[in-house]
Amino acid sequence: MSTVSRLRLLLPAIFLVINACTQSPSQPRIVGHDDKPAYGDTLVEGTIGDASTLIPLLATDSSSHAVAGLVYNGLVKYDKDLKIVGDLAESFDIAPDGLTITFHLRKGVKWHDGAPFTARDVLYTYQVTIDPKTPTAYAEDFKQVKSIAAPDDHTVRVIYGAPFAPALASWGNGILPAHLLEGKDITKSPLARAPVGTGPYRFKEWVAGQKIVLESNHDYFEGRPWIERYIYRIIPDTSTMYMELKAGAVDMMGLTPVQYARQTTGTDFTSLFNKYRYPSSSYVYLGYNLRHPLFRDKRIRQALTAAIDKDELIHGVLFGMGQKAVGPIAPGRWAYNPNVRDIAYDPKHAAELLAQAGWKEKNSDGILVKDGKPFSFTILTNQGNQQRLLTAQIIQQRLKFVGIDVKIRIVEWATFLKEFVDKGNFETVMLGWTTSPDPDMFDVWHSSKTNPGELNFIGYKNAEVDRLLVEGRSTFDMEKRKKAYFRIQDIMAEEQPYTFLYVPDALPAVSARIRGVKPAAAGIGYNQIKWYVPKAEQVY
Amino acid sequence: MTRYLLKRILMLIPLMVGITLITFSVVHLAPGEPVEMQMAMNPKVGKEARERLRKFYGLDKPLHEQYFTWVGKLARLDLGRSFSSDNRPVKDKITERLPITLSLNIIALVLEFGLAIPIGILAATHRDTWLDKGITIFVFVGFAVPTFWLALLLMYLFGVKLNWLPISGLHTLGSDGYGMMRYIGDMARHLCMPILVASFGSLAGLSRYMRSSMLNVIRQDYITTARAKGLSERVVIYKHALRNALLPLITQAGLAIPGLIGGSVIFETIYAIPGMGQLFYQAVMSRDYPVVMGIVIIGALLTLIGNLVADVCYALADPRIREGRGAQ
Amino acid sequence: MIGRHSYFRAVFLPRMAHNRFAVAGAIVVLLMLAVALLAPLIVRFGPNEINAWAVLEPPSLKHWFGTDDLGRDVFSRIIYGARISLLVGFAAAGIAVLIGTILGLTAGFYGGWIDNILMRIVDIMFCFPTFFLILAVITFLRPSIWYIMIVIGLTGWMGVARLVRAETLSIREMDYIMAARCIGCSDRRIIFRHILPNAASPALVAASLGIAGAILTESALSFLGIGVQPPTPSWGNILTSGKDYIEFAWWLSLFPGLAILVTVLAYNLLGEGIRDALDPRVKR
Repeated sequence: MSTVSRLRLLLPAIFLVINACTQSPSQPRIVGHDDKPAYGDTLVEGTIGDASTLIPLLATDSSSHAVAGLVYNGLVKYDKDLKIVGDLAESFDIAPDGLTITFHLRKGVKWHDGAPFTARDVLYTYQVTIDPKTPTAYAEDFKQVKSIAAPDDHTVRVIYGAPFAPALASWGNGILPAHLLEGKDITKSPLARAPVGTGPYRFKEWVAGQKIVLESNHDYFEGRPWIERYIYRIIPDTSTMYMELKAGAVDMMGLTPVQYARQTTGTDFTSLFNKYRYPSSSYVYLGYNLRHPLFRDKRIRQALTAAIDKDELIHGVLFGMGQKAVGPIAPGRWAYNPNVRDIAYDPKHAAELLAQAGWKEKNSDGILVKDGKPFSFTILTNQGNQQRLLTAQIIQQRLKFVGIDVKIRIVEWATFLKEFVDKGNFETVMLGWTTSPDPDMFDVWHSSKTNPGELNFIGYKNAEVDRLLVEGRSTFDMEKRKKAYFRIQDIMAEEQPYTFLYVPDALPAVSARIRGVKPAAAGIGYNQIKWYVPKAEQVY
Repeated sequence: MTRYLLKRILMLIPLMVGITLITFSVVHLAPGEPVEMQMAMNPKVGKEARERLRKFYGLDKPLHEQYFTWVGKLARLDLGRSFSSDNRPVKDKITERLPITLSLNIIALVLEFGLAIPIGILAATHRDTWLDKGITIFVFVGFAVPTFWLALLLMYLFGVKLNWLPISGLHTLGSDGYGMMRYIGDMARHLCMPILVASFGSLAGLSRYMRSSMLNVIRQDYITTARAKGLSERVVIYKHALRNALLPLITQAGLAIPGLIGGSVIFETIYAIPGMGQLFYQAVMSRDYPVVMGIVIIGALLTLIGNLVADVCYALADPRIREGRGAQ
Repeated sequence: MIGRHSYFRAVFLPRMAHNRFAVAGAIVVLLMLAVALLAPLIVRFGPNEINAWAVLEPPSLKHWFGTDDLGRDVFSRIIYGARISLLVGFAAAGIAVLIGTILGLTAGFYGGWIDNILMRIVDIMFCFPTFFLILAVITFLRPSIWYIMIVIGLTGWMGVARLVRAETLSIREMDYIMAARCIGCSDRRIIFRHILPNAASPALVAASLGIAGAILTESALSFLGIGVQPPTPSWGNILTSGKDYIEFAWWLSLFPGLAILVTVLAYNLLGEGIRDALDPRVKR
């Protein structure tokens, strides 16, 4: 799992989000009769898009990663409390100087084709990741590695040039089989369509455009999974998928807030499904192009935040299923600063700030003018995301009340990136970030990442934040890291480079016959191999 | 006849050139480039990697060079590789989906004609009665309904509320274990709704056409003669009138050929049918040019051939054409 | 030969009036136009008045057609949507008929290689799956209402061209055309004053049917996300915004769907009625 924040396409239907923070879980339905775990049955999950490649290193879409996540393991993984624990590595030590990590690999683990898993596979995965010929998005973290060695078949020693806090988490990336890939061109490997991993499920078949079938790995090192098969059904339309869920042909899907709050309240639904709700690991924001003259003055950005009613957004768009976002770190995470001062909704205060910045007069349409020019800008957002569109429209109306004219432009994704974001050719954007459990946000906020194509596309440059970002990632001392990140959040609350809008809740619904689903800080997916269906209720 | 055929086949060449030109220009209208899609928001892929990919796909060459390279490949039946991260040959992706779309559309076409002809006849023979008027309304409503609306409504009605038919997809899970008959039956149940929705719209046009064609024929002198001869109405209609009324319908069938390959994006998306329409839509959205061009070209070429075949059938059926050009 | 005006009054109108379907269609069409023009007078709420606290409310006395996912009054949006849908319909059909008629007249009148080339172009265009072309072009450019109108128009002229050409061919041979030539009429005069009025009938029918088709196409494009973009209301995008809540927010599906259905039906019936009225061969 990469530690660096990655932008995800928030498609119209929400996929099952695996990492998140604490929230009180809803009570699962109590069943009377025989509840004992039993082997068998199938779990059918609906997905909007077909996977593109099942080699996790080469894939950027969530469908591919969802499947690959069950087929491959990393050296480490996140447990239910979002702590890093060993996966393929039985244990690991970090040297006191923070420069060396030693992984002690599990013994006796086999690849799905029977070959033994050894340190050679880890070395190969590292090499192919940093190979410039490999078209992967996940090389950056591995590039920090100074040297890597395998003193024996079950030990891997990684040495970094400088202490790098996200290092450990970066070893959550799927480890690939050296004996099938070494010496060959990974982009032409048949493993893209028929993966071979070490994970709890082995690949069975992929009928393009229709379904991907996985079967449980009976020799899995953590124990054989209870559910015998996993099927991903490709259903491109969200309304169809919902109907399939209701008809019982799909066992699990992410609900939209409307579906969760209004359409699934009757007993005909709740008797067949369990709904879960917990904060997702993403947040939605309005980003200002800091190079644009309109947004250089921080009073204007503060005014804009004051003019937006975040509660209204959460009520209208999310039906209450979400929380306000006040900074780049979500409430509940260890690095979240509880004392951060958010700018509350106060249109009068907004008007004052705008006046201070020179925007006092209004024209005949009620729009603020300065030096003859009206206060007008465009919110740019990508197509296909209903929530963002609704949010933008509500904001448009709110800003009109304080005399700001907002236009909304929806652009299709490919053009969005190339023509607007990469070239800095925008005024404001409405987007979302999916964040990982590690708070490192270097790639998004550091002043060195403001070149075309990089993630700090708003052009944020703050020397103190730069220093704090480096501090935050180059030590393993939790207290030191906390201090740095707390201070960053204070600065951002003052500067408002984004107006952080909200953190939506993840709203998965799972068929009631599936037991063992326990929402925790990491969501519900962390213990999928422990889910089961009692014998009497097995369907497939 | 052979001269006619030869002339038509020769005509194919300039038509194909025109088709390739139009396809190529349409595809290159777009401002977004395919490489951008793959590297979506991933700064990890540096500038050099991007340049390498551009070279790899030949995007760095001037447009006309790209065009000729493409046409050259086309002539060798090489449609190139998809730009999406799976990088598979376009031909594979299309041949995977073409059979489904074709079968679906052919069955729908058969259904359309199968229903339109009797409906048209009925309307014509009971002209201006309530039956005629009723059929007209029904059939027009079918044409005026937005397909996706109808699809969703039917899906909800038959799939969720009444639970008579499966909601989407082509097979029930686990159907690989079924015997042959059961497998076919299962697939038929899945295809019920999509085909119904697909044919509903065209039913209007066809049955109206049939009706007016019938009406035209019935008015002819030889029908009056037949009746005067004392033949039963049934024989008059079905033996004499029908045969001639059907002729124009062959042209209609010919015109329906482009539709065979252009699987409807909409109901394939709603019913989760992995056909050409869906492939096309995804390819367009992700700027997967080779796939877009491949589908459009294949569609257009198959249509050309289909039209040729239809014309030949028509020529065979209608002696006036066979014998050579009539009065200009 | 009856003069044009008396033909209209003496022959065309009575035939149309006799066809009850066509009359119904015409009435609905006029009604829709009236509603679209008078929109601001009919509605109580603006079509873009967002109310995040009244999201997805069922029809009531306050909101006759309920509210949508931003709390906007659906009735108002459907009325204003009529403007957009009709605009798209008229413009797209207009473009298609214009191009088709001009090309059809040219091809039919001049014949020879001009005719050949034009008809080959028609053949080529016919080979493309129309919706695919529209989809591709609009996605590649951008989904603005103008592009939508133009593209739908540019992909729909072929049928009209063929029909107009056929009419032109048959009229061209008639005596009065020869007479006009004899007295030295210019080509342009002949085409526009003599041939066009008589060859126009298929164009008229095509216009009516084209409007219906364009409205349907726009709604299909909206379903795929590339129709008229919100917040501008079009029947297609209101229908699409409701598709995920069919069960629960039925008003978002029912009303725009009915609006499309009724309007398209009306234009179709009208078009068919015109066709029947102009066709001398139809038994009356």
